[in-house]
Amino acid sequence: MNPFTYTRCATVDEAIRARGASPDASFIGGGTNLLDLMKMGVERPSHLVDITRLPLQTIAEHAGGVRIGALVSNTDAANHALIRTRYPVLSEAILAGASQQLRNMATMGGNLLQRTRCYYFYDPSYRECNKRDPGSGCAAKQGYNRIHAILGASEECIAVHPSDMCVALSALDATVQVTGPNGERSIPMTEFHRLPGNKPQIDTNLHPGELITSIDLPGIPYAGRSHYLKVRDRNSYAFALVSVAAVLDLDANGTIREARIALGGVAHKPWRATKAETFLRGKGPEKSAIRAAAEAELAAAKPYEHNGFKVELARRSIVRAVMTAASLT
Amino acid sequence: MQSEKKTPADQSGVSRREFFGVTIATGVAGSALGVEAQAPTASSAAVNCTLTINGQRHDLQIDTRVTLLDLLRENLHLTGTKKGCDHGQCGACTVLVDGTRINSCMTLAVMQDGRQIVTIEGLAQGANLHPMQAAFLEHDGFQCGYCTPGQICSAVALLEEAKSGAPSAVTPDVRSTSRIELTDDEIRERMSGNICRCGAYPNIVAAIRAVEQGRVGQRSVA
Repeated sequence: MNPFTYTRCATVDEAIRARGASPDASFIGGGTNLLDLMKMGVERPSHLVDITRLPLQTIAEHAGGVRIGALVSNTDAANHALIRTRYPVLSEAILAGASQQLRNMATMGGNLLQRTRCYYFYDPSYRECNKRDPGSGCAAKQGYNRIHAILGASEECIAVHPSDMCVALSALDATVQVTGPNGERSIPMTEFHRLPGNKPQIDTNLHPGELITSIDLPGIPYAGRSHYLKVRDRNSYAFALVSVAAVLDLDANGTIREARIALGGVAHKPWRATKAETFLRGKGPEKSAIRAAAEAELAAAKPYEHNGFKVELARRSIVRAVMTAASLT
Repeated sequence: MQSEKKTPADQSGVSRREFFGVTIATGVAGSALGVEAQAPTASSAAVNCTLTINGQRHDLQIDTRVTLLDLLRENLHLTGTKKGCDHGQCGACTVLVDGTRINSCMTLAVMQDGRQIVTIEGLAQGANLHPMQAAFLEHDGFQCGYCTPGQICSAVALLEEAKSGAPSAVTPDVRSTSRIELTDDEIRERMSGNICRCGAYPNIVAAIRAVEQGRVGQRSVA
């Protein structure tokens, strides 16, 4: 690990000042991803600003929905009665990720900022990685790309975002509240992460020096009718090959008024399946309709040598997740 | 094991302790650990902090880079906590911080300033083993033993989590806040952050179930 200096801050203002004082400083929360990347030599901050004691650790009702402090642990969010009862898909998604030990450490804000688990990004002994070293190339395109993107990738980068939590937040249309040197602003979850384009080194639309303060969930009366499906190589403690968060609003006849569907494991950001959502509006939750919606969403899929299976897996996962949500009482 | 490999510092003739650069002052008079005045290495930054480990207060000056795991093992000689992968993937380094289980390899020691740490060495009451330790012996919940301290710390926390009603990925309905029934599937899911290369999983599950059901006798170490 490279040498670095360390400051622990007690207030948000203090943290933003400390971060702004040096250009290659980094905030540290749970540390479960940052420290790992520092051990690998991928991240090399000269200064760490410890934000773990900032007063951003509560979950409370807010503006008709729920506000989750950025430093609430993944465990505490998944366990909280407000989340379990009103946004069960978020609890399910969080609990599907990592291990209990890691969820105990990891924060909500930090989970948003997880970096890709692309092996070529994670291991600096591979020279080519446009995300780690812009302009160096992409080793994954010609390499082993079984876990990589099938939607929204670019010539420069085919990495996927690893989070489960973010897939649920995308389906729930959460908003990310941030504070920075230029004040506060809100970023819709669906615009928080970016597609790689020709700047894969930039994962999010967060400005340098900005601090995530909370994640706000809007009031969604029907969000209890939801399901998170995660498909992976082993049943626990593995990243998603494909995951689906589905939230359904059904009318009295069982017709879909609104479907919110987001996919994980397929793109550089949580992939909001707007084509499938539009297709399903006004339809009954029958398998044939959901299958057609899934096909519409995946029509633009572009697999690489080893990840072609993800296209059909994503279609089937959408069908199962939506049907499971529809069958809930 | 990784911790026994020669580090670059070893090869250059610098001791591991100098490499990690920790100054230790224990809070207990007459402690075998004593007071070790050690200057941090030139390239590092040292920070003062206080950790309570197994009930004993330690006033430390720590190189910012030292993980909680390395502090425990290399500087405080609490080698019960194991280094397996050093990347948060195996669970061998699991300890309890303010009662919560974490991977000690994935946190900096300075970040734990003011916290209460319990390691495998802190679970027994004198010569009386913690019920979970006794159950692992009774049910043969290990073969080589390397993952065992992490498994036991994890299992101790697991029972508290389940008792508090915390759901897991296999809990049938997270919306329900009724009592968690600790089925074998629940135990396995909740222990999935602790890898056992010997494959002692069936006996580990049996040991945890025995403690949950209060079926563990007293056991003391001579």
